[in-house]
Amino acid sequence: MDEALKFHFVIDGDNFTSAGEASVEVKKKLRQLGFPPDVIRRVSIAMYEGEINMVIHARGGVADVLVYPDRIVIILEDHGPGIEDIDLAMQEGYSTAPDSVRALGFGAGMGLPNMKRYTEEMHIESTLGVGTTITMVVNVQ
Amino acid sequence: MAEYRHSVSLEQDKCKGCTTCLKHCPTEAIRIRNGHAVINSEICIDCGECIRVCPHKAKKAIFDKLEEIAPRYKWRIALPPPSLYGQFENLDDVDYVLQGLLDCGFDEVFEVARAAEVVSEYTRRYMHKKDVPRPVISSACPTIVRLIRLRFPYLCDNVMPMLPPVEVASQMAKAEALKKHPELREDEICTVFISPCPAKASYVKNGISKNRSSIDYVVSMSEMYFKLIGAMKAIEAPKVASASGMIGISWASSGGEASALFNDRYLAADGIDNAIKVLDEIETGNFPYLEFVELNACPGGCVGGAATVENPYIAKVRLQSLRRYLPISLNRLEKSEEPDDYVPENMLFGSPITYAPAMRLNANRGIAMQMMSDIEKIYELLPEIDCGSCGAPTCRAFAEDVVKGECKVEECVVYMRERMREFWAKREEGQP
Repeated sequence: MDEALKFHFVIDGDNFTSAGEASVEVKKKLRQLGFPPDVIRRVSIAMYEGEINMVIHARGGVADVLVYPDRIVIILEDHGPGIEDIDLAMQEGYSTAPDSVRALGFGAGMGLPNMKRYTEEMHIESTLGVGTTITMVVNVQ
Repeated sequence: MAEYRHSVSLEQDKCKGCTTCLKHCPTEAIRIRNGHAVINSEICIDCGECIRVCPHKAKKAIFDKLEEIAPRYKWRIALPPPSLYGQFENLDDVDYVLQGLLDCGFDEVFEVARAAEVVSEYTRRYMHKKDVPRPVISSACPTIVRLIRLRFPYLCDNVMPMLPPVEVASQMAKAEALKKHPELREDEICTVFISPCPAKASYVKNGISKNRSSIDYVVSMSEMYFKLIGAMKAIEAPKVASASGMIGISWASSGGEASALFNDRYLAADGIDNAIKVLDEIETGNFPYLEFVELNACPGGCVGGAATVENPYIAKVRLQSLRRYLPISLNRLEKSEEPDDYVPENMLFGSPITYAPAMRLNANRGIAMQMMSDIEKIYELLPEIDCGSCGAPTCRAFAEDVVKGECKVEECVVYMRERMREFWAKREEGQP
């Protein structure tokens, strides 16, 4: 099969307790497809962090996962406030998360750095007041 | 890999083919075929949920019977777990249960709680190891170990390779018996575990990783309970004394094992669905500060096993009062010169548990991807109401079954009704 398997998820921004569910869904599918444990873990962590970010900062968004035999592409798109300074946002420990979510243990400033760490490619496109699109690629060795 | 031997079976006459077990199976291992439930043994984890929920009592756990113990065994040792003590009303002393077992025909009793205290001590040492992945996950519940093997490949290395208390109990009991009775040969001694759940019976049949179990028989707690009630009534004064402390008894319910580590960075969860959710979160790396994870497949821990008699929460309360005036622990290790993270080989299972990719659609990824693409297409035709009438637990599972060639999409009643409606509409329009 040459064309990608596509999975589309709507990340509900109004419901914090459901954040992370798409990541678990993707994990199940990759398991069924027989991808190596390491690939499954990296995809699910990157996806999870992205999902949480969208819920915290952008009132949700959409996630598309494209599965190819040799790579998995994750595209996260939201219509939130956008990221003012991407380099700053990529620094470990930098966070603009409100106190309400910090109380739950989020907002440690590790979301974007982790997404970069666990993927081979990561590209952020962001416009203030319009939204953010993050594309990540995990290669399958 | 040798086939996994299960301990859940179906009495076909009693099964009405209803969808209750189908809906409750956490691994979607059950299908209704030809009017009866069928279990896919490759992905069944012996959790016993189906036994618990079956309204027709058609699901049974497979245990050994006391009468089946071979006559060549001259010395029969009962291994009662602490969950057994919580089954009896108005029990204020564990000694009555132990004496009751002797009066039921056992030659000796060795409490699993004693071994649990030894395991707790070694676990504390294991936790001193710097080079093992955190969080360390308990290996005491065989259903959880099997679940991780099937569904959480990345967590296999986190599972502590410690033998479960019941195994350690069997080994200790046999060694002690040989020492006390030099006239006995090793093959004349047997251990009989009184199990709260079918999963432990499966553990004994299959071993763990590459280790074979030294336990010889596993009988059902509920069966033993009725024998014990009679025997215990006749006891005037027990001649045996319990040798387990608070820690050992606490292992019977959720959190008992973890709290014995004297380290508050632990998580204890019970019930199979909760356990799955916790494992999903851990796999995503969500609990960075967690040191130890205790998961029990049954609600409330072992006291909630499918072969117990009493409500798990009532049993737990009883255990709380039974252990109240007990010493913290009665089974401690001798002071030794070994480093503080030393755990002897005989407490560990030889090799770590390994991932068994039973969930994958096909070993060939290209074929698996094609199948999943087909599954998505079939799924779109289905009503997403998960009614179970087709014999699969969800519409998605049904779509998978169709693509695997196990059934046809026409078996979906809702899909068929739509087709019929279209058919009649066309006829009314005068089309052939």
